[in-house]
Amino acid sequence: MSGYPTHSDRPRIVKVEESRIETETARTIFFRDEASLKAKPGQFVMVWAMGADEMPMSLAAMNDKGRSAVTVKPWGPGSNLLCSLKSGDVIGVRGPYGNSFTPKKGSVLLVGGGSGVAPLIPLSQTLQEIGAKVTFVLAGKTSGDLMLLGEAKKIISKPPHNLIIVTDDGSAGVKGLAPDAVRSLLGKEVVDQIYSCGPEKMMRMVFDLAEEKRIPVEASLERPMECAIGLCGICAVGKYLLCRDGPILDSQQLKAVSKEFGSNRLDRAGRVVPV
Amino acid sequence: MTKAAPEALTSRKLSVRIAGLTLHAPTMLAAGVVGITTHLLHRALDSGAGAVVTKSIGLQPRESYRNPTVVGVECGYLNAIGLGNPGVEAFSEQLKKLDRGLPIIMSLFGSGPDDFSRMIPILKNTPVKGFELNLSCPHVKGVGVEVGQDPEMVSKVVSLVKRGVKKPVFVKVSPNVDSVVEIAKAAESAGADGITAINTLRAMTIDIETKRPVLSNKFGGLSGSAIRPVAVRCVYEISTSVRIPVIGCGGVSKWSDAVEMLLAGASAVQVGTGLATQGYSVFSGINEGILRYLDEHGFESVEQIVGLSHSF
Ligand SMILES: Cc1cc2nc3c(=O)[nH]c(=O)nc-3n(C[C@H](O)[C@H](O)[C@H](O)COP(=O)(O)OP(=O)(O)OC[C@H]3O[C@@H](n4cnc5c(N)ncnc54)[C@H](O)[C@@H]3O)c2cc1C
Ligand SMILES: Cc1cc2nc3c(=O)[nH]c(=O)nc-3n(C[C@H](O)[C@H](O)[C@H](O)COP(=O)(O)O)c2cc1C
Repeated sequence: MSGYPTHSDRPRIVKVEESRIETETARTIFFRDEASLKAKPGQFVMVWAMGADEMPMSLAAMNDKGRSAVTVKPWGPGSNLLCSLKSGDVIGVRGPYGNSFTPKKGSVLLVGGGSGVAPLIPLSQTLQEIGAKVTFVLAGKTSGDLMLLGEAKKIISKPPHNLIIVTDDGSAGVKGLAPDAVRSLLGKEVVDQIYSCGPEKMMRMVFDLAEEKRIPVEASLERPMECAIGLCGICAVGKYLLCRDGPILDSQQLKAVSKEFGSNRLDRAGRVVPV
Repeated sequence: MTKAAPEALTSRKLSVRIAGLTLHAPTMLAAGVVGITTHLLHRALDSGAGAVVTKSIGLQPRESYRNPTVVGVECGYLNAIGLGNPGVEAFSEQLKKLDRGLPIIMSLFGSGPDDFSRMIPILKNTPVKGFELNLSCPHVKGVGVEVGQDPEMVSKVVSLVKRGVKKPVFVKVSPNVDSVVEIAKAAESAGADGITAINTLRAMTIDIETKRPVLSNKFGGLSGSAIRPVAVRCVYEISTSVRIPVIGCGGVSKWSDAVEMLLAGASAVQVGTGLATQGYSVFSGINEGILRYLDEHGFESVEQIVGLSHSF
């Protein structure tokens, strides 16, 4: 469904090729979109769930045999509609937008929770390709909430790479919260770089631990977005526009927005509310 | 973050006086574009803007429309954000955290004199340099251009606000009216200190695959390069018909666009959509370009080129 020129900030209509069950409610939606093929790990697309909403979604895959994917957890009308779509249904996609993670060699630690695992999957692949030693902490509330576990297992399949599963209730892997696992890891291993995406309070705790050890962090934040192109301002985090300057902020930027990071955001009326 | 070149930031040639306000440069941030937090307003000033206009604020908090609220079209963008804002009380509190004296202009909307008169007690203590009345938003029922297309209503609202706030009041006009000049004249007679021209043009776009309008609100406002010739025409017509200064807005993203606006009769320009295409460096880019133009054409100040096209 293309073949005619269109504006780069206009939704391109693509078919859902597959909607894969991720958890009881979350889905990974595969589609074919030329522009998404060229995206870098950490970038996002605006996904139009027609009749409901248009939302930013990190790419969980850029080029999986020619297909791209987003992993969606249902919250409101938009994400619920996305999770109900079947193969053959259509969505709109514009982007990719935003910055991307900076892959570093050496010993790296990835910390993902919930749907925040999504952008870390293509990142972990890139990191392995450039020769980094990858430790991946993949967290969820229960064993049923772990996202993209199959992908992670495929990529992190043998030493020196290490996949650590963490659940709040211990129904899979280590019992506890992701930051607990990070604390114990940092106590016994040298880590050169941390990448994180997930609930903001989790990322804040990870960041604070990393600061104690002076380990650089790149964290991918979430904010409501309207335009995704630097106009509406609703994705503000301090002086940064998350759609343009983010969604990934580094340690220096995170320090600059220390008051907001893990604490508050704007809602769709521009009111300051807790994250 | 891009810093403006020191010369463009400090050159007195760029400085303009409008309605009693002195701006170090004639390039302003337009209403509704990033101006929703004090940090973002400050960043625009740090990037070289001579003044910044806030997002349009109303009496009550109001959520934006569901997305899609912005979509790209040839030569521009359509938006129907829906005037989402935290309400005058909360926003005024935010502004109080900023240094006093910053060149901030607060944009306001309302459904008629009543809304505006209820905002005035709060506005009296809001630390801004002036107000811009958004009587021109094309996509929200009962406010914006629905107020601003009636000269009598414009007159009522302007005189009421003017009496209440005792600060410069600019009126932002829409091209979607019978006569933009008539509206500007009504504003002037009611005591407005300046006119901002123009807001977006009411517009629509449809996705041909799914046959549905793209914006959730169906209708939105067209901005960007597509509307610059309309804006230039409005600025020319208004500035040749009123005595108060005109601020040109619509499709300005490069220095040459800004110079065209100034020649058409604008005393300053505002940039909205240009932020999407150029980022924050849009302000310093325009300022530096204007400065070069002034030097190359032998002018001592921006003010010397305002309205020069009128003599032909
Ligand atoms: C750069 C970026 C990447 C993103 N990537 C993904 C992704 O890969 N997968 C994904 O599922 N989502 C992702 N999101 C979040 C997504 O854009 C939406 O915010 C989310 O899907 C909810 O949208 P909605 O319209 O369905 O719900 P809304 O109507 O916006 O929200 C419904 C309710 O749910 C609450 N809510 C929404 N999101 C969360 C949350 N994360 N935590 C707690 N409460 C919440 C809201 O506060 C509200 O009360 C990303 C956001 C950004 C900015
Ligand atoms: C995303 C967006 C939001 C806007 N919000 C407002 C607003 O709240 N109040 C207002 O008076 N104008 C608003 N406008 C209109 C702009 O201030 C400006 O008049 C118009 O976009 C034309 O200028 P431009 O081509 O430089 O964008 C908005 C424009 C855009 C693109």
